[in-house]
Amino acid sequence: MQSSAALEYDYSVAKLYMWTAVIFGIVGMTIGVLIASQLAFPELNYLFGEYGTFSRLRPLHTNVVIYGFTVSGIFATFYYSAQRVLKVSMGESKLLNGLGYLQFILYLIAATGMVISELMGITASKEYAQMEWPLDVLIVVIWVLWGVIMFGLIGMRREKALYISMWYYIACFLGVAMLYLFNNMEVPTIFFSGGVGAWYHSVSMYAGTNDALVQWWWGHNAVAFVFTVPIIAIIYYFLPKESGQAVYSYKLSLLSFWGLMFVYLWAGGHHLLWSTVPDWMQTMGSVFSVVLILPSWGSAINMLLTMKGEWNQLTENPLIKFMVLASTFYMLSTLEGPIQAVKSVNAIAHFTDWIPGHVHDGVLGWVAFMIFAALMHMATRAFKREIYSKSLLEAQFWIQTTGVVLYFTSMWIAGITQGMMWRAVDEYGNLMYSFIDTVSVLHPYYTIRAIGGLLYLIGMFMFAYNFLMTATAGRKLEQEPQFRSPMA
Amino acid sequence: MTLTEMQGYAFFFLTVFLVVILYGYILHLYRSEKKGERDYEKYGKMALDDELHDRPVEANPKVTNEKKES
Repeated sequence: MQSSAALEYDYSVAKLYMWTAVIFGIVGMTIGVLIASQLAFPELNYLFGEYGTFSRLRPLHTNVVIYGFTVSGIFATFYYSAQRVLKVSMGESKLLNGLGYLQFILYLIAATGMVISELMGITASKEYAQMEWPLDVLIVVIWVLWGVIMFGLIGMRREKALYISMWYYIACFLGVAMLYLFNNMEVPTIFFSGGVGAWYHSVSMYAGTNDALVQWWWGHNAVAFVFTVPIIAIIYYFLPKESGQAVYSYKLSLLSFWGLMFVYLWAGGHHLLWSTVPDWMQTMGSVFSVVLILPSWGSAINMLLTMKGEWNQLTENPLIKFMVLASTFYMLSTLEGPIQAVKSVNAIAHFTDWIPGHVHDGVLGWVAFMIFAALMHMATRAFKREIYSKSLLEAQFWIQTTGVVLYFTSMWIAGITQGMMWRAVDEYGNLMYSFIDTVSVLHPYYTIRAIGGLLYLIGMFMFAYNFLMTATAGRKLEQEPQFRSPMA
Repeated sequence: MTLTEMQGYAFFFLTVFLVVILYGYILHLYRSEKKGERDYEKYGKMALDDELHDRPVEANPKVTNEKKES
């Protein structure tokens, strides 16, 4: 290990992931707005032949925003903040830095492969696990490399204790590793079919209800270990650092961590309520989902209390605005989820538009807002420049907040309307409405949702422009800011 | 006793066990701080004083020793 006085943190790998986060954010959200519009105006399905249909684009939207935008954001913040809280530079180990570059190159190959293969209609047909087996193998390599770098940095650290963010990054690494391996246990058919069929095709090793159970154990925990755990890691570092306030209660952060770790893994059964899954398993899924409110609110309240006595920053600093609203949306989303997991509510909510409504107040309000704030905070340090435009950031905040509100309110109304109409029976027990009746009633709400999505996308473009200008044309900083990110 | 009853008892005792563990952990955190064995809140500083030249909240003895040897 070098001990040079001029030693600095090395953000080169972090910067690469910052750019991919911005690019995938634009791609994923553009597809999102297109498919939302297709639901309101079906003729938009025929813009690009088979490549433009809802069925082809919907998995592409979810995969690009999850594995492109969010995972890039997670890697970027990890390569940035892990060095800082461990007080060790990536530049101190040529091996780890080299592995970081290798991981990024493999990630880019995998992400490009994912976009192309899904656009071609090549899919394993499992939600959030659509990538076929060759890409799955590549992803395992990428993940193992991340683990090597993470534990390599931990092994070199100057700070003895691991900051709470590191706990969450480690949990993300271990959780996804376990879930991904088990859910993607698949048999490449070419090896057993005597050479018939495509080389990349596979079938799941599980069948029927077992497959559904493993799938939703994965599906829900992808939300846990990709959309929650690493995002908490991000807020635990970036909110205190940007505001200059230490975490309100470190003890509460530890307690919430263990609570979340234990409870989350058991809640996936709520995706299969009223299905062929054993009843006790469904009940367990419901119960654990309700218990999940405690550790989730523990973290969120801890973050809000971190701002105690410093609420003036909320009006003065748009990055604090993004993070405080993210924390609030996290509370809303983690209260809404358990409500939907209650069996009687689920009987109305399941398969309706309330579900994507719930998902999007979580991902747009919590996940993406946190990633935006973290990217801008990092940009000032990594590019050593002032944020290009504060007013653009403020405008983005309000436009996107309006977009999220339009999105989830329209979907709440649409979902409950839909659920009630599906269940409505006349005095003889006959269904009162056909499916198309619900579609015509829901049309205005689908339009509002598409407008909400469009507003969010406009905000994304504003962010991308602001980020690009910050990196290239922002006023150069002589000294790294200690807390608040400077902005013009 | 049927399998369903056994599952019921197992679920109940597991829940009691986990509640004990959870409250035990809270007790452990507060007690070790009260006894002066550990100050958990100082770890919050790790996010704030995170420059390479900042003094670590708790220096890693392994790295410090290596430095001394070299």
